[in-house]
Amino acid sequence: MAKDPAPISFIQDVARGRVSSARLRRRHRCGTVSAMPVPVPKTYKLFVGGKFPRSESGRSFQPTSNPAINVARGSRKDLRDAVVAARAGLAVWSGSAAYLRGQILYRLAEMLESRRDAMQRELQLGGLSAPLAKRELDTAISLTIWYAGLCDKVQSLLGSQNAVQGPFFNFSMVEPTGVVGVIAPDSPSLVGVLALTLPLLAGGNSAVVLVSESAPFAGLALGEVCASSDVPAGAINVLSGLRSELAPQFASHRDLDGLLVAGAPDAALTQSAADNCKRVRFCYLSAADWSKVERLRSLTWVEPFVELKTLWHPVAQ
Amino acid sequence: MPHSLSPVEFRVPPVCAVALETRAADLATRSLKKQAKLQGLRLAIAMMDLTTLEGMDSPGKVRQLCQKAMRPLPQRSDVPSCAAVCVYPDLVETAVEALRGSTVQVASVATGFPAGRTDRATKLREVQLAVAAGATEIDMVIDRGAFLSGRYGKVYDEICAVKEACGAAHLKVILETGELKTYDNIRRACRIALLAGGDFLKTSTGKVTPASTLPVVLLMLEAARDHYLETGRIVGVKAAGGIRTSKDALRYLVLVNETCGDLWMTPQWFRFGASSLLNDVLLQLEKDRTGRYQRPVDFSAD
Repeated sequence: MAKDPAPISFIQDVARGRVSSARLRRRHRCGTVSAMPVPVPKTYKLFVGGKFPRSESGRSFQPTSNPAINVARGSRKDLRDAVVAARAGLAVWSGSAAYLRGQILYRLAEMLESRRDAMQRELQLGGLSAPLAKRELDTAISLTIWYAGLCDKVQSLLGSQNAVQGPFFNFSMVEPTGVVGVIAPDSPSLVGVLALTLPLLAGGNSAVVLVSESAPFAGLALGEVCASSDVPAGAINVLSGLRSELAPQFASHRDLDGLLVAGAPDAALTQSAADNCKRVRFCYLSAADWSKVERLRSLTWVEPFVELKTLWHPVAQ
Repeated sequence: MPHSLSPVEFRVPPVCAVALETRAADLATRSLKKQAKLQGLRLAIAMMDLTTLEGMDSPGKVRQLCQKAMRPLPQRSDVPSCAAVCVYPDLVETAVEALRGSTVQVASVATGFPAGRTDRATKLREVQLAVAAGATEIDMVIDRGAFLSGRYGKVYDEICAVKEACGAAHLKVILETGELKTYDNIRRACRIALLAGGDFLKTSTGKVTPASTLPVVLLMLEAARDHYLETGRIVGVKAAGGIRTSKDALRYLVLVNETCGDLWMTPQWFRFGASSLLNDVLLQLEKDRTGRYQRPVDFSAD
């Protein structure tokens, strides 16, 4: 009977259910199992409605940056479920006070900060060197803090009191566009997601995000950060999968009010999105631009996905 | 009025809960795709009792619901009408007027719905008024207080009396399975309703949770099938309450077909009592036609 510690491969076999209970009992009796640290490889899942489901389709794919890892390959039905969750999340998120939204996004930054090591590992899994991963994480946290602070200022910065002829107050009030789909760039995998999503959230929208296809790890891990930050279920939903398969589904879905796509303008997407008058924006940034944090912190990122509602109110005599 | 039966008549064999739930869960995994799914969805609409049972119901709301029941999707002629509109007794007249000339029936809840806590004379009067106003289907609630305290004869007598008061109108007997607690009780309540001459067994009022569940409906379908094999009389089943998605509806249809067969796969013998289910089915039908996921706000609320 073996006296030496159980090898890693044995522990992995246990985790996969390939070891009979009799064999496991024998190992336990000679005390070689309990001393071993158990490696727990992560299964990368989607983040929909505050939960972490596998893809409804049961499919997975191997991202090119790290083909050894299986990642859930979202389907159009996952998108459908995510939009239903986002519609419910929109009511809660846009209904909460802007000040509270700011606090929640600030907590998101706190959680990113306290999970630095884990997030950096996710970025490195996606092919970044340690210094580059650290730099991207710095950018991500500083972006989050900035948009947290912006939340309760959007109304004052984008809204206005207008001069009109006649005894009326005339206000233009800022309202969110609604549920917005985000197709994040392939790289950078974390900042790309945050730079496109945070402005939407600051404006009170809810989002369904398709993360980087080649390096989805950090984007999916963002779901874990959201889940511990009081972000209401459904306000942010994260999908992974093949962009070529899912982008047309984002464009054609009639219950998405907007679509923000990283990349060059694509006429087919725009045409398909026109069916429900979805607002579509493309943003094409160079690799250098994505690393400039001041380029990514701007009210101009919020503006395209808010609506102005103008109210007339008689001046009291 | 028929005299009370001997308590022996109300005895039923015990239900194996594990087997029942396993069977229901097993059938729920069956997947319907493409044409079969579309046909199932259309059948679900044809089987639907479009329901509004709120304190805030108004004649306007009922008229709108009737329009929706006659033409669920006005731009599409391949979408069938619903089976019935289900309302409180005081709104029966409005519904009858709005549905005149159509195939949609008017169902009315009665007998002190949903709790059933009034005296027999009041219950019967309510039924008579609803029938006189033009309701062709009456949804009664059983006296759960009497049932749970073992006075089965009282429950039986009351159903018999209501059946008589219904005249030509169909009688659906609401068991309120959520309050009966055990499968044995549900089977016994089915037995009582069947013996007393109910035309339909209905799960719930929709006001109690849990409402309709797959195992409960399976149990009721089995009771209806066994009654048919025993007596040759067909009794329908209505699943009501908590059925909100197309997927749920299709699962119920699988249960019906597997348990009772083709004979029950018609609006005459199986019904859904629902309000929000209809729009979810319409979403699916339009998704199939256009290839695009639809926006719920594009479909009228009622």
